[in-house]
Amino acid sequence: MSTNKEVFLSVKNLEVSYSQARREVRAVNGVSFDVQKGKTLGLVGETGAGKTTIAKAILRILPDPPAKVKSGEIFLGGEDLLKKKEEDMLDVRGKKIAMIFQDPMTALNPLMTVGDQILEVLLLHNDYDKAAGMREAGRMLETVGIPAERYAEYPHQFSGGMKQRVVIAMALACNPELLLADEPTTALDVTIQAQVPELINDLKMKFGTSMILITHDLGVIAQTCDDVAVIYAGKIVESGTKEDVFDHPAHPYTLGLFGSLPDIDSRTSRLSPIAGMPPDPTNLPEGCSFHPRCPHATDACRKGQITSREITPGHFCACIREGGN
Amino acid sequence: MTAKQQYKRPNAVLEFFGRMTKAFSAKLGVILFVIIVLVCLIGPFFSPYDVNGIDLINMFKGPSKAHLLGCDEMGRDIFTRLMYGGRYSLALGLCSSLFGAAVGVIIGSVAGFFGGKIETFLMRLMDVWAALPGMLLCILVSNVMGSGFFSTVLALTVGGIPGTVRMIRGQILTERSKEYIEAAQSINCSSFSIMFRHLLPNVIQPVIVTTTMGIGSTMIMAASLSYIGLGIQPPNPEWGAMLATGKTQIRTYPHMLLVPGIAIALTVFAINLMGDGIRDALDPKLRD
Repeated sequence: MSTNKEVFLSVKNLEVSYSQARREVRAVNGVSFDVQKGKTLGLVGETGAGKTTIAKAILRILPDPPAKVKSGEIFLGGEDLLKKKEEDMLDVRGKKIAMIFQDPMTALNPLMTVGDQILEVLLLHNDYDKAAGMREAGRMLETVGIPAERYAEYPHQFSGGMKQRVVIAMALACNPELLLADEPTTALDVTIQAQVPELINDLKMKFGTSMILITHDLGVIAQTCDDVAVIYAGKIVESGTKEDVFDHPAHPYTLGLFGSLPDIDSRTSRLSPIAGMPPDPTNLPEGCSFHPRCPHATDACRKGQITSREITPGHFCACIREGGN
Repeated sequence: MTAKQQYKRPNAVLEFFGRMTKAFSAKLGVILFVIIVLVCLIGPFFSPYDVNGIDLINMFKGPSKAHLLGCDEMGRDIFTRLMYGGRYSLALGLCSSLFGAAVGVIIGSVAGFFGGKIETFLMRLMDVWAALPGMLLCILVSNVMGSGFFSTVLALTVGGIPGTVRMIRGQILTERSKEYIEAAQSINCSSFSIMFRHLLPNVIQPVIVTTTMGIGSTMIMAASLSYIGLGIQPPNPEWGAMLATGKTQIRTYPHMLLVPGIAIALTVFAINLMGDGIRDALDPKLRD
């Protein structure tokens, strides 16, 4: 990716694996990307491609054991987060980087009022007294479109979409510089799905936050992101600006993803998914991990490591085929 | 209006009691239990009889105006002894249940939070422990420790611990994997506050319910201990001990057996009704 702009977060060669009994699940295998200030990077990929693991690795909240960051560097403002001491993470978690969780049904503590949950973040990171914190928490609720009078209500009194708003309010409470949104729309129904990216976009503009948006929904990416990275089996197979990737997809996997979207204009009775299954992360295929499902696979794909090439400025693709498609 | 007042929620304790006593049965349980406790605590001060005062003229006397529930084999007033004995029985039930729950919650939390070898060790220990029948353990400890109040509490506690430990650990395992715990980590809550602010309130509910219900069965266990001659010793008027002395006269003077028996049954009944009420009141899904 281009480096002439202001890079805010830089992940270099991140490798994470989970150890199961006698086996090693290689969830993330050498991922590198940059996030520019105020921009949104979309991470797209199938279930189990390692998207969430990347986000948790950035916040260092992976459960260890079984998860282990094997190598890599995560630079935030010149500091390597992976080398920081646990107590120094206070400045980072919740304050500089905040996370929006996938399932709003379980992301809130059922026994605390929603206001108190926002208050908790505020008090952890600011010198508010309780009354000022409560006022601020009420204001945060208003920001995400929930009346502040509902401060003292419990999560079960909210609908799924409203809970997601509370989760977003919690994440934005300390005005973080980077927001990790882990499939913020997946657990919501379609009518609400459209609102959440809009809300996130508005708030991002308002606070000037950078964001990493994790999703498998290409529509959400189109709606919110500036840059896109396509992940397959723990590797970035294609990355570039949204226009690069959406208008000129190069990697066969990206092409397959777009190909599997139903087209509103053509009458087809069946979807055209990518043939085969994602590879078993305990036993990744040699060479390019996509070769068993790739229609263009050659002998070269089955052997050597495929490295990422810059096909047009800022648009990278990890495929040996010339110029992609 | 300050923010604090503005967002004030209703008093949690009052709200809890309001919800708990909504059902008739729970209300009945609470009223019955309160009456029993008050009678046992205050009643003896108004009794004209000495708890251990022997009066051979009134031996085995049935209920009368002077002795409301009759007299026992030494002419002692049964009502007075019942009130004194209730103090022992209730205190034994409460102390043993609370003590057992506390120990169980601590061991279970440690096993659930830390996992790994600690968990394996503790849980296998609990498996062995649970393999011994509770009553047997109780009799064993009571025999070894002697017959004082605290050794009886200890004896009544040991049997119930593995159950609480398993329950708490299971609850923690399910709650720990939920996203709000990760969310708490992601805003940098300390593990201490995750344990006590986030996890424990979410796992404690079944313990509160089983502990309340357990008070009843613990009282029965305490009575059984006294009945077989362990636990609280005569002439202290524990309900189980009163049952034991009454059993020899069951054909001729059944009131000696019936009175403490009914007292035990009523108390356990009241506690069970209360336990049901607490369970319903604590379930956030039944709140409106």
